[in-house]
Amino acid sequence: MTPGSIGSQAAFAAALLDPARPCPPGLRAWNGSDPAARLAVYRNNVVSSLIDALADTFPVAQELVGVAFFRAMAGVFARQSPPRSRILAHYGEGFAEFIERFEPARSLPYLADVARLELARVRAYHASDAKPVSSEAARLALASGACIGELRLVCHPSVTVIRSSYAVVSLWAAHQTEGDLGKVDPDHGEAAIVVRQNLDVLVLRLQPEAGEFVTAIQQGLGLGDAAGAAIGTAVDFDLSATIALLMSHGALTSIHLPRGPLS
Amino acid sequence: MLSRTASHPSGLLAAASSGQGSMATGLPRRAGIGLKPEHFRDVLGTRPDIGFFEVHAENYMVGGGPFHHYLGRIREHYPLSLHGVGLSIGGEGPLDEAHLDRLAALIERYEPASFSEHLAWSSHGDIFLNDLLPVAYDRQTLHRVCEHIDRVQERLQRRMLLENPSTYIEFEASTMREAAFLREVLRRTDCGLLLDVNNAFVSCTNHGRDALAYIHELPLEAVGEVHLAGFARDHDAAGAPLLIDSHGTPVDDAVWSLYARVVARLGPLPTLLERDHDVPALATLLAEARRAEDLLNARTEPTRCGSCWACS
Repeated sequence: MTPGSIGSQAAFAAALLDPARPCPPGLRAWNGSDPAARLAVYRNNVVSSLIDALADTFPVAQELVGVAFFRAMAGVFARQSPPRSRILAHYGEGFAEFIERFEPARSLPYLADVARLELARVRAYHASDAKPVSSEAARLALASGACIGELRLVCHPSVTVIRSSYAVVSLWAAHQTEGDLGKVDPDHGEAAIVVRQNLDVLVLRLQPEAGEFVTAIQQGLGLGDAAGAAIGTAVDFDLSATIALLMSHGALTSIHLPRGPLS
Repeated sequence: MLSRTASHPSGLLAAASSGQGSMATGLPRRAGIGLKPEHFRDVLGTRPDIGFFEVHAENYMVGGGPFHHYLGRIREHYPLSLHGVGLSIGGEGPLDEAHLDRLAALIERYEPASFSEHLAWSSHGDIFLNDLLPVAYDRQTLHRVCEHIDRVQERLQRRMLLENPSTYIEFEASTMREAAFLREVLRRTDCGLLLDVNNAFVSCTNHGRDALAYIHELPLEAVGEVHLAGFARDHDAAGAPLLIDSHGTPVDDAVWSLYARVVARLGPLPTLLERDHDVPALATLLAEARRAEDLLNARTEPTRCGSCWACS
């Protein structure tokens, strides 16, 4: 294949992502110096810019393992899972799953869930805008008597439920100077929802059963079935407190019967 | 939807067809800076006297949230330059039509005075490499790049500006000098030139050429915007200087000096101070923009000789 012909960018791209590959043919420097040293600039630009993007999205994960460890780990991820989108804000999907399988990080079993929380925050930050349901419309819908179990609750596009066997919310919060990292028992399971209210991304602690409830309504279950799923997790599930929490943080955009909005 | 104002011409096509001798864009012939999220509130709160803001298009290809909130408000007060980094105009594969659709949507929403992209590639197959990668300057690439620019201008219904690249390596397949290649692309596609003076200095240093001679060979009559930025210093395997287009430091004196020559030759031009890494306080960026504006104000009329640099 002649350099410059169709296909030469494939070899160039492969060499950028794999430092073990030799310099592709057809490259030259004006002074006859080894082109590999110049290709190294592109290799470094590509991988370090992707590592920087991951460091921006996962700052607490980076603090938990240290900059050197994080950058090495992120570099392995970037080379094996380069972005599939030209929109870098989306980069980092799959990073938590990668961490779970990344042998050197096994001593921090909560690291992957911390990464999930951080990715949810970035998603929430950029999620589509949607107007929260008004308290009046919600009150009317919830007063609909016999049909109440059929009501569908629609979450704001920014909402993600985080459920973990580890204290990921406390760990994350301790890195926002809200808590004391020394007092966090990492093996205590926690749940939260991430939501953007106006311009601010919030991490709201939930009881695990409330997390189960929000997951169920996101899956399209009616209010009755979603509450049932939550009670299946914990019999003292507090439905009205959960809805009040969601309402007060703009996490619901509609409450309606399946065949059309009530309001 | 933005309110249209008299000071914000809605598109390049209208401006370019007005019969002006030099390439016109809707951007004012002033200094502008890149709009950074960490400066959103500061910009709205202080409304600095700056010619325009530039944003990377791909950063705003998100559903909603603070980026759109602030850009919409800032756009009400300033002209906007939309600068793409992900179209991969130099790529071997076809243009990503979905990406063009996203660009068209941003242009409709924010009515930028200018849209620009790079003579480079950044994607291969479905992989996005997040860097501006070099192309061989041969007939095949020329044909491909022109086809891609034709498609961009057709889809976006406007004339775009193409930026000269910073490069670290050359191709044995190249049969044209970069400046001649750019001249031919502009002649065939009627796109404009985004003259990145830092890229010119970086590339010419990296390839043992004279930057002023390179700039002189470019189709300067088509310059619609100038970029200025800082570089980092490295060296190649033979110990020769290798400059890295880092956008992480202030503009180098050598680049300021080239810029002064460009302004002396062409008169005032929309000029962006680029800073993408180690972004300082807004005031620092504004001070650098003022330095460019001082040079712009030093000359208000271009030198008409047109044949030599000594006239300036």
